[in-house]
Amino acid sequence: MSKKVKELPVADSKANSVLREIMAGDPVRIGLSILLGFIIGGIFMIVFSEDVVDSWSNFGADPNYAFSAVWWSIQDGYGALFYGSIYNFNADNFIAGIRPLTETLRFAAPLIMAGLGVALTFRVGLFNIGATGQIMVGLAGATFVSTRMELPQILHMLVAVLAAVLAAAVWGIIVGILKSRFGAHEVIVTIMMNYVATALFTFFLREPNLLLEAGGGGTPKSDRPADTAMLGALLGPSFNLHYGLIIAALSVFAYWWLMERSTFGFRFRMVGHNPTAARAAGIKVENTFIWALAISAAFSGLAAANQGLSITGGLTTSIEAGIGFDAITVALLGGSRAGGVVMAGLLFGAFKAGASSMQVAGVSPEVLGVVKALIVLFIAAPPIIRAIYRLPKPGPKMIEAMQKAEKVSK
Amino acid sequence: MSKLEVTPGMFSQAEIKPSLKATIVMAVISLVVLLTFGIFGKPGDVRFVWSEKNEVIQLPAWTVNSMLFCTVIGVLLILLSVLSAVFNRMGKLTPIWLTCVYGFFAIMALLGWLATGALQGVQMIFILSNTLVLAIPLILGGMAGIMSERVGVVNIAIEGQLLTGAFVSSVVGTITGNLYVGMISAMVAAALLSMVLASLAIKYLVDQIIIGVLLNVLVIGITNFLYSAWVDKDRANLNFPGTFEKIPIPLLSDIPIIGQTLFDNRITVYLMFLLVPILWFVLFRTKLGLRARAVGEHPLAADTVGINVARTRFWWVTLGGMVAGLGGAALTIGNVGSFGREMSGGQGFIALAVVILGRWQPIYVSLGALLFGFTIILRVWANQVSPGIPVDFITMVPYLVTLIAVAGFAGKVRAPAASGQPYVKG
Repeated sequence: MSKKVKELPVADSKANSVLREIMAGDPVRIGLSILLGFIIGGIFMIVFSEDVVDSWSNFGADPNYAFSAVWWSIQDGYGALFYGSIYNFNADNFIAGIRPLTETLRFAAPLIMAGLGVALTFRVGLFNIGATGQIMVGLAGATFVSTRMELPQILHMLVAVLAAVLAAAVWGIIVGILKSRFGAHEVIVTIMMNYVATALFTFFLREPNLLLEAGGGGTPKSDRPADTAMLGALLGPSFNLHYGLIIAALSVFAYWWLMERSTFGFRFRMVGHNPTAARAAGIKVENTFIWALAISAAFSGLAAANQGLSITGGLTTSIEAGIGFDAITVALLGGSRAGGVVMAGLLFGAFKAGASSMQVAGVSPEVLGVVKALIVLFIAAPPIIRAIYRLPKPGPKMIEAMQKAEKVSK
Repeated sequence: MSKLEVTPGMFSQAEIKPSLKATIVMAVISLVVLLTFGIFGKPGDVRFVWSEKNEVIQLPAWTVNSMLFCTVIGVLLILLSVLSAVFNRMGKLTPIWLTCVYGFFAIMALLGWLATGALQGVQMIFILSNTLVLAIPLILGGMAGIMSERVGVVNIAIEGQLLTGAFVSSVVGTITGNLYVGMISAMVAAALLSMVLASLAIKYLVDQIIIGVLLNVLVIGITNFLYSAWVDKDRANLNFPGTFEKIPIPLLSDIPIIGQTLFDNRITVYLMFLLVPILWFVLFRTKLGLRARAVGEHPLAADTVGINVARTRFWWVTLGGMVAGLGGAALTIGNVGSFGREMSGGQGFIALAVVILGRWQPIYVSLGALLFGFTIILRVWANQVSPGIPVDFITMVPYLVTLIAVAGFAGKVRAPAASGQPYVKG
């Protein structure tokens, strides 16, 4: 009854090289992907604009109008996106004008934090879809501290953030253990854990002894967080921007330092690069997986704290706002690097901030969902973008050059 | 001692000899049933209602003392656990029929306990027929999962395929006024989406999981946009297909209990009845299926004997998409009657879980999907008969069961060996 000794975890070399190609992310390809995403999004806007449909059905009567309607539909849409997410030139003063940019930053912060979490697991060669669940349990932790405990200003907030981080990290460790000790694949485990976490958080919100609002029944909803626990306004009362942005900035730095400068991060990258070699070099790959998932989840926990401690009403599960899933796209678009994740988070944050002004302009903001998906799809599937723009395939020479550049940058 | 074995494949491949784990789980559940439902259960009577008013043959409702009923079942479950231990001693896995019988009685005890003292009693027809209808998208999604994973391609995009099917069937069905056209276009649309996945994964070797996740995001984005910018503005002409007529099968539909549940359904259900056994037969009894499985287990060997790995994978994945598209149609024109935003609501991911629970076997996967369907309706029903029950825990159960299964606690879970791995010829 000899046990079959299996090959140690080896990410397929080909698949690894694909991942590396995504991560290598040369700026030209990223730029082209974003451009193409916006172009196709524009086509969607044109085709489904009522003005365009009307004007083209009377094309004979006024061809000029038909063409200008096409132009206007795009200008309305992307113009509103710009006004809503960067600077509003129609505003009376600078404060109101710059407000959209601060909104973009506010929406970007949790995306960046959760995106860093997912990015970290990519670097270790894991695919963590569990940010949603980790944010849910993080929210449960933060909300418990913020609604059920009384502590002095600032300390209260810090404890709440810590609770979110720890709760999320525990959730990540469970995934790590199931992966390392029981050999369960992290994709399926994290998907299941997402559902369990959502149900668990809903249960907490329903339970009077845990999170249910005072005097509440029926609907699962918490009290509003205590003022002492709130992330304060960063730029005064005229902006919604809060200290979550600072936490995001700190976590970006932490991520960069962890991955690029620390021995810990070196181990992470080594396992991601080639687990067999890492094991041969004496790295405990299983433990590395657990650590990576724990730290990854901790970043998601920060995103949870950002959501749970900045709301002016009671919490429901909808506060998660799809951040956990968006985090995957952020990490992919950002090539799992600190800087890339920031840029990707800002882009998608802008999409969220601009959605309402697009709605006002009569353009369905849902089109941004298509743009977002297309951009990341093009980034993640280099062959598509190469085929469309007729770019050369990276040959061995190009890959060698890229590796050299990587070495130099280290 | 089981050492860690991580394989490059998508799912756990823990090598497990017949172990006592499953038996222990059964024994624990038996004790829970015996003690909390039975001996320390709710006093009072429970009424089991076996027929609906309009049925030809009426079975009398059955009233029984709840504690007595659950105690008897608890003892029965313990006996079944013992039987499982006996199989174990003989070096055999607990047979699947035993698990099914066990599950049936455990569920009866749960239903009885929940409905104790409730006026409407346990409405068997309501529960069973809803379980089936709710499970259809999961079963068909699961079949799609089997079809792609058996040939070695992980299909995370089932969610997107279900959503595509739901959207296209509703819109095309409304525009053409013909639900069959809607259903077929749903299958074609989902198959096209599957082709994108297949060609990127097989020809261009893009990471299958990443591409699957992104296709889901893309479909969610596109259907959300089309829904808000187009379909929802003119619901009557674009999103009002209605549902297929129910087709009662003569004679069979008059059989008590199973007649109403199984043989008085819409065409989507009957198609599923056909598809599952056909898929099982093709996979395990034909040359075609043998080749497909060979490609999924050991592509190099399959290639060596002259099987075209890439082509086999491509067509199985595409056909799988078609089946998932039918599942999407079952959501709209087979059940609700119109499309709603993101109405697949994660069912594609559940289908993935069901594939593992059912060990990549069509019949078992269908049973797993029924378990999920059952918990959905159980949550609704439990809230009516027994208010205050923590429904969120009912929601959690199937996910926890899946976690237990992938962690290797419930017997051998072995994925097709090459699942998730691209194959490069040469």
